[in-house]
Amino acid sequence: MSIDNLSYRAVFSLVLKRDLTIAMRHKDDIINPLLFFVIVITLFPLGIGPEAQTLSRIAPGIIWVAALLSTLLSLDRLFKSDHNDGSLEQMLLSPQPVFILVLAKIFAHWLITGLPLILMAPLLAVLLHFNEQSYGALMLTLLLGTPVLSLLGAIGVALTVGIKKGGVLLSLLVLPLYIPVLIFATSAIDTAALGLPYSGQLAIIAALFFGALTLAPFAVGAALKVSTN
Amino acid sequence: MWKWLHPYANPEVSYHFTGKLIPWLSALTVLFLSIGIIWALAFAPADYQQGDSFRIFYIHVPAASLSMGIYFGMAIAAFTSLVWQFKLADASAAAMAPVGAVFTAIALITGAAWGKPMWGTWWIWDARLTSELILLFLYLGVIALHSAFEDKTLAGKAAGILTLVGVINLPIIKYSVEWWNTLHQGSTVSKLGKPSMSVDMLWPFVFCFLGFALLVGVIVCIRFRSEILTRNSIRPWVKAIALEHTSSSKVAENK
Repeated sequence: MSIDNLSYRAVFSLVLKRDLTIAMRHKDDIINPLLFFVIVITLFPLGIGPEAQTLSRIAPGIIWVAALLSTLLSLDRLFKSDHNDGSLEQMLLSPQPVFILVLAKIFAHWLITGLPLILMAPLLAVLLHFNEQSYGALMLTLLLGTPVLSLLGAIGVALTVGIKKGGVLLSLLVLPLYIPVLIFATSAIDTAALGLPYSGQLAIIAALFFGALTLAPFAVGAALKVSTN
Repeated sequence: MWKWLHPYANPEVSYHFTGKLIPWLSALTVLFLSIGIIWALAFAPADYQQGDSFRIFYIHVPAASLSMGIYFGMAIAAFTSLVWQFKLADASAAAMAPVGAVFTAIALITGAAWGKPMWGTWWIWDARLTSELILLFLYLGVIALHSAFEDKTLAGKAAGILTLVGVINLPIIKYSVEWWNTLHQGSTVSKLGKPSMSVDMLWPFVFCFLGFALLVGVIVCIRFRSEILTRNSIRPWVKAIALEHTSSSKVAENK
């Protein structure tokens, strides 16, 4: 099969498989952001005090802020190594649309970092005396929200991948863009804790997700072209 | 139709044109700002509820609306540069970013100074304050990205993409924050409808607003000229200007 007439689906799954294989061979890249997530959440009860009531009040915010930070920490590996060994340039030069390539890479990133984070979250919620009514809301917001984090973060990484000390800059660029997700996610969880319907907040997060899904890969592609120059 | 615009794509023409523009703009700025500020601070009636402390409004509101206006100006410049590969647009976006950041900071600081007597606190996590603070972060991000690249053309493109991403996000952030918490007083100067301000308070505001807008114009022109010079520093016409400048300053020293 010639590389020129691959279907979009084939390209997508090729890039996805490649990225997942690479990630499986560097397991610490998957585990370290997760450990960071756990440790940050452990720090809060130590800093604030172990009262169950206080903790359960601020738990949604803590979990979400920790999720933002650990996503940010893992973003660097999205394009960095590919940029360093030149495979990123080859991908951009290939006849396949950048949109598909970028989407596959971001999806791989989410599978590697977002999904384990979602699976860990209920366990950490128990540690924070999470309100029992809001577990569903926590899982749903994480499920819809973490892909948004990966998509928006990819724009930031793509812009800073060519810069030597891009790490701190990346957080400055990306964190303000994460604010809407944080606001709606924590508000959905708080509403759920009161036993009220939170479908409105979920709908907005879903809208953010689909908006980011359609627009972000274009911005990432343009940014990668600038960065690889 | 657009033919009259073509010559200004040449950096040299733009440089000289903005050079001629600056004195006029500066004169108008001084005129409008002095009328506006003196009228606002000395002659406009005091607010029946807030007393004299409301007068900070005449600086706070222009700064706040210009901070957003400059961001949109930057976004338009970034769009022009990305779509039509119009390099001077990058230079103008780079010239606007720090000015916008300073106006955002002015809006925040005057807002805090106004909030202390009115609300009894320097800072509250209110929707408009928070979105203004986030706007400041967006500006700082653009500036940081600009300075992170050594190549000015690349810096302009990268910052342009970020500006456009930011401009899509700004309304989302604004509404999400508004939805999240609201305490700030409603808008008092609605542009089209009946303003909820008395006319003798509104006129000084109009002068102040135009004065500050012109001030932005002057500063952006000055910065735009220096951006053009740094980007074209290898061109002969820039060297000629530099030579002229050094020789004239030498003559001044010899005298």
